[in-house]
Amino acid sequence: MSQIWLIPAFPLLGFLLNGFLGKFFGTRFVSFVGPMSIGLAFLQSVVLFFEMLKTEGHRIIENLYTWMAAGSFQVNISFQVDELSGLYLLIITGVGFLIHVYSIGYMKGESGYYRFFAYLNLFVFFMLILVLGDSFLLMFVGWEGVGLCSYLLIGYYFEKHSAAEACKKAFLFNRVGDFGVLSAVLLIFLSIGSLEFNTVNAQAAAQFEYGGVLVTVITLLLFLGATGKSAQIPLYVWLPDAMEGPTPVSALIHAATMVTAGLYMVARLSHLFMLAPVTMNVIAVVGTVTALLAATIAITQTDIKRVLAYSTVSQLGYMFLAMGVGAFTAGIFHVMTHAFFKALLFLGSGSVIHAMHHEQDMMRMGALRKKLPITYLTMMAGTLAIAGIPFFSGFFSKDEILWKAFSSPLGGGVFWALGFLTAGLTSFYMFRMMYLTFHGNSRVDSHLQSHLHESPWSMTGPLMILAVLSIFGGFFGVPHALHFLPNGMELYFHDFFAKLPGEAHGSVDTEIMLMILSVVLALFGWFWARRMYSGSLEAARRLSASWRTLYDLSLNKWYVDEIYQALIVTPGRLLSTHLLWQAFDKNVIDRSVNGSGVISRGAGGLIRGLQDGVMQTYALIFAIGTLTVIWYIF
Amino acid sequence: MLTLFYIFAAISIICAFGVLFMRNPIHCALMLVGTFFCLGGIYVMLNAEFVAVIQVLVYAGAIMVLFLFVLMLLSTNEPSQVAVKWDAAKMLAVIITGGIFIQVASIFSDSALTLGEKGNYPLEKIEEIGSITLIGQLLFTEYVLPFEIISILLLVAVIGAVVIAKRRFN
Amino acid sequence: MIPLTHILILSALLFSIGVLGVMLRRNVIVIFMSIELMLNAVNLSFIGFARSLDSMTGVVFIFFIIVVAAAEAVVGLSIILAIYRTRKSLNIDDFNLLKW
Repeated sequence: MSQIWLIPAFPLLGFLLNGFLGKFFGTRFVSFVGPMSIGLAFLQSVVLFFEMLKTEGHRIIENLYTWMAAGSFQVNISFQVDELSGLYLLIITGVGFLIHVYSIGYMKGESGYYRFFAYLNLFVFFMLILVLGDSFLLMFVGWEGVGLCSYLLIGYYFEKHSAAEACKKAFLFNRVGDFGVLSAVLLIFLSIGSLEFNTVNAQAAAQFEYGGVLVTVITLLLFLGATGKSAQIPLYVWLPDAMEGPTPVSALIHAATMVTAGLYMVARLSHLFMLAPVTMNVIAVVGTVTALLAATIAITQTDIKRVLAYSTVSQLGYMFLAMGVGAFTAGIFHVMTHAFFKALLFLGSGSVIHAMHHEQDMMRMGALRKKLPITYLTMMAGTLAIAGIPFFSGFFSKDEILWKAFSSPLGGGVFWALGFLTAGLTSFYMFRMMYLTFHGNSRVDSHLQSHLHESPWSMTGPLMILAVLSIFGGFFGVPHALHFLPNGMELYFHDFFAKLPGEAHGSVDTEIMLMILSVVLALFGWFWARRMYSGSLEAARRLSASWRTLYDLSLNKWYVDEIYQALIVTPGRLLSTHLLWQAFDKNVIDRSVNGSGVISRGAGGLIRGLQDGVMQTYALIFAIGTLTVIWYIF
Repeated sequence: MLTLFYIFAAISIICAFGVLFMRNPIHCALMLVGTFFCLGGIYVMLNAEFVAVIQVLVYAGAIMVLFLFVLMLLSTNEPSQVAVKWDAAKMLAVIITGGIFIQVASIFSDSALTLGEKGNYPLEKIEEIGSITLIGQLLFTEYVLPFEIISILLLVAVIGAVVIAKRRFN
Repeated sequence: MIPLTHILILSALLFSIGVLGVMLRRNVIVIFMSIELMLNAVNLSFIGFARSLDSMTGVVFIFFIIVVAAAEAVVGLSIILAIYRTRKSLNIDDFNLLKW
């Protein structure tokens, strides 16, 4: 018996214990239960992962009970472990466990310690439901649940105004996406009559015409949901603000797991998406543009977490680019390596912030290398990975994506060129972050200087494990062109995703050449960052002064928030205030409510004369009733 | 036999109207006693001697004495008060009650009125065993549970009456 | 042998008079007497049915009804006593507080 249900059951139990008892049993109890529940879930995931590999067809489905049944429509609560969800399980519980352990040290002494772990456990529970569910409805439960936990955790410091605003923003932007998902689910149900992924994937080709309007609309709506959850244009703006949450939250939810839910959905429904070439193109374009836009913003940010946030948006853009050109395997591969190195970078930045007593501005850091050696070394590994320096994990996954963007029948040179440019920018802003934080002259406040210290073991331990994964994680998917190892990811996902229509073009030589080009660009970005930021910042200042306009655009995030404010929020508020509230609500709704009150009171006033308190009147009415009944019966 | 029934019936109806229209409540009570006596007589004619006896002893005796006792205790001297003050509601009450009576009477006088199964106690058997013996047997065998419950009800009523009627000293 | 119909009609007539008494009279005690009259009318029909159906159940029932009537009379009269103490009246029209 496979016992899939145990995997989400452990985090749920952890949530219940921490949420209801954590307050009374204290910190030690919470620090034990919180990570332990995820650890157990991880062990069970490993067991099931190998069991799944042994199973015929690589798929285990466990039906718990029938959730609802009406006519031919039936939804079960059933969990499914296959190649995709198996991999996600390992990422969620594995990285999640490390982040939970890290949080013990990071959150030490915070008020509401038990609340934090309860939310974190609940988040893992919902995320597991999301990837384990075998139908749209169960996935949607998880989808909404992670949104809720994201909201709760971003707003963890709810007494801070900016945090409260940020969590509201995240929630609202996600609602826009949820609308898309829900509409798409309804359309799929209407056209296929089932909500199970396997049925939908199997019947998609038979039910929908290739490139038809309906399938295009459905996939576009689903992609709208994905842009909300996975922070893509046009709904990405919540993610940078989400950095108001505690750093482990950023690492777990906003880098490693939740934001990849959109990609999970696209990958899960690859057969459906493959039927809509228009949507695929939209996904590729949106992914590319998001990647580039976020990278251009990241190069000027000075808040260490915001750099990482825009970097996350940018990397997610890469993954969507991969999805859009039909390279699902490469996209999921990047999800995995990104989970390693981005969780590492966030946790590392958390370690820095912890040491700096919650200072996040890189302009007040510098020369921390000596004080935080472990943090420095591990973050360097993460940076090398994300920048695409050869043989670190990011190199393999990113070059796989760039190559697929170039060679796939759905891709093209433009996608490659923009992705290539983004890769250079990524290398630049990541090394800029490293140099500003760890090298150069110290700009740390003098009274902080003496308090600087390396973080405790509970924090550096996960950093080191993640660093190892970031360095070696790429060897699971070595590109064919290098062929010193078989491409593990392709073997693993063999026949899982939909086939591409048409043949790939481009030769091995081209692939090698493009790879060398991107490595050269990454090294160039590194070199440039070193030149500008390793010593005094004079050169950087002069450069930004001479490109004032562009610098301002980037620093102010292309004024996207302001544009949204002007185009959507302000008109919406005017509409609500003047038309909906003053005109409709006050005149129609309020009046009808009051009117019904007046009517009932008037009617009562008419009839209450009957109830005069005189017993004989009641007796008379009673007699009338009796007569009526007798007359009616006989 | 039937003539005797008609006589009793006529007297009971006249007495009942007396209850309805007599001005003095004490006269009403006496009229009611008359009705009860006549009903007791009818019970005898229907071979229910035991019921007839307790009708006279308990109803016409104990209960009506209680009524009279309370009436005299609360003797309100309101001689000018008419028994029935007629107004529209009272007229309606008469019409409605008349309607009920006509309905019920027409049902009862319908010759197609069907009765249920016959029981186990035809007249001969009752006369053989004796009406009172039979009731006694039934009360202590088949109806022993209601019999016990009704005794508790009486106890509750006695205590309740004492509690309600006693003066409160405070 | 008295026909069942006669007994039932007499019972119905007495019952109706009782109902009228409840609705027309204003003295509480007389209203109470009318209720007793109604109970007796029901007793009569019980006996009538018992006799014509050769059953003893009706007779035993009357026994219970009389006990309940006695209990009811005791409690009812004590309630009347209690009301009279506070309102100094036996007129039903004066007891009209139980309303909106």
